Amino acid sequence: MLVRVTHWITVISFVALLVTGVEILISHPRFYWGETGNSLNPPLFRIPIPSSRATVPTGYGYVLPDQNGWSRYLHFEAAWALVLTGFVYVISGLWTRHFRKNLFPAPADRTWRAFRGVIAKHLRLARPDEADFRSYNVLQRIAYLLVIFVLFPLVIWTGLALSPGFNAALPWVVNSLGGRQSARTLHFFISISLVLFLFVHVVMVALSGFVTRTREMIIDRAARQERTWAKSHAANS
Amino acid sequence: MGKISRRKFLTSGIVATAGVSGLAVAAKLAKGYGLVPPDSGGIYGPGEILTYAAHRIFARHSLAREFPRSMISKVPFANAIPPLNEAFKRLQSGGFADWRLSVDGMVARPGSYSLADLRRFPVRNQITEVVCEEGWSYIAEWIGTPLFEVLKDAGVLPQARYLVYFSIDPDWWESIDMVDAQHPQTLLTWAMNDGDLPVAFGGPLRLRVPRQLGYKNVKFVTRLMVTDSPKGFVSALIPKHPNGGYAWYAGI
Repeated sequence: MLVRVTHWITVISFVALLVTGVEILISHPRFYWGETGNSLNPPLFRIPIPSSRATVPTGYGYVLPDQNGWSRYLHFEAAWALVLTGFVYVISGLWTRHFRKNLFPAPADRTWRAFRGVIAKHLRLARPDEADFRSYNVLQRIAYLLVIFVLFPLVIWTGLALSPGFNAALPWVVNSLGGRQSARTLHFFISISLVLFLFVHVVMVALSGFVTRTREMIIDRAARQERTWAKSHAANS
Repeated sequence: MGKISRRKFLTSGIVATAGVSGLAVAAKLAKGYGLVPPDSGGIYGPGEILTYAAHRIFARHSLAREFPRSMISKVPFANAIPPLNEAFKRLQSGGFADWRLSVDGMVARPGSYSLADLRRFPVRNQITEVVCEEGWSYIAEWIGTPLFEVLKDAGVLPQARYLVYFSIDPDWWESIDMVDAQHPQTLLTWAMNDGDLPVAFGGPLRLRVPRQLGYKNVKFVTRLMVTDSPKGFVSALIPKHPNGGYAWYAGI
């Protein structure tokens, strides 16, 4: 149950972080590398969108309304929700062996052959078989592990490196990333990676039955399986 | 199955109870130890309390990063400033000789200081980064009088908890807690890099609070007010204020 509850809190937090993150980005849609960077420096790259600040040279003749006040409030509140939820999820995942049982590739899958097999199956656009409904395949497991143990920690790390108060306390967190502007640029790219994961994840869920899968993630999957099992037994007897 | 769900039920019950009572205790402690920011009401309150409390518990006395001289930005970005009013222009035409910084509120010796008075205090310089909430930043050397020297001179009363500081622009002020007001890097800045502090950067007097974002670094400072409650001066609650709608604590 904890897996499902934390999943949906994460979804809500992530959407809030994404929307407010875009709003904050609009106030300065330029990226730099190193410690400092501003409108007078050449950017590493810029996003070709209008800005909510008149001081940013965007090439557009108009300025968007400033939404940073509430966006910043909500961004950090959602970040707290995400971090605390992630903490609960990781502790409980270790405690209940959720990671070992369901996420680390099963011993049989830890071969190139099994790996290639799953990829080939995806490329053939084969319909998922029974095993796919019962458990995660090796590609799914690797994707989930990457999101949980690499991308989320990185997005939190690069986000913390943008807080001047936090940087005063633990300067190595930002210095190890090559400076404040590098941290901001990395924060952007890691967020993009998470959005890509979200996109693929939702497409996969849709392909394997959006309503059923989503219901499973809200109501208990195991409970449902038990019911189907009971039903088929009743039909057999 | 009954056994498992009973254990699950008990575990979640214990976790939930611990969570709720933990929160209640934390809220009480937080209020007592000054870990609740003045804009803690409303839907964003929990997030603000967590951030402010975390910074005050774990990083109360930490120092903002200082940089080597070689990292000073060649082209610092001053950002836009509101139109300068008549009072400012009059003082500017006199070379700011008549610029006064007044100190009032919960101090034993209210009074005012000219720029020359401020220069008689021990001078500090720091090479720190101005970080704007929009995302940009620059590094400069800031030279000035530590705020704590002026507060010591004025004699802050024990019940003081906040400092409200005002720009010559009547719609511009900010407030910080006494932790930041007494912080060694909080600087009444009157010079920058190789000369006087330029007007675009807040000259003749700007309050630098390097552990917080740019919008807490008010330009053209003329008044300090020491108080036990920033009520009415929490910028975030005043829509007319240039930073209206922004969080009071800007260490993040």
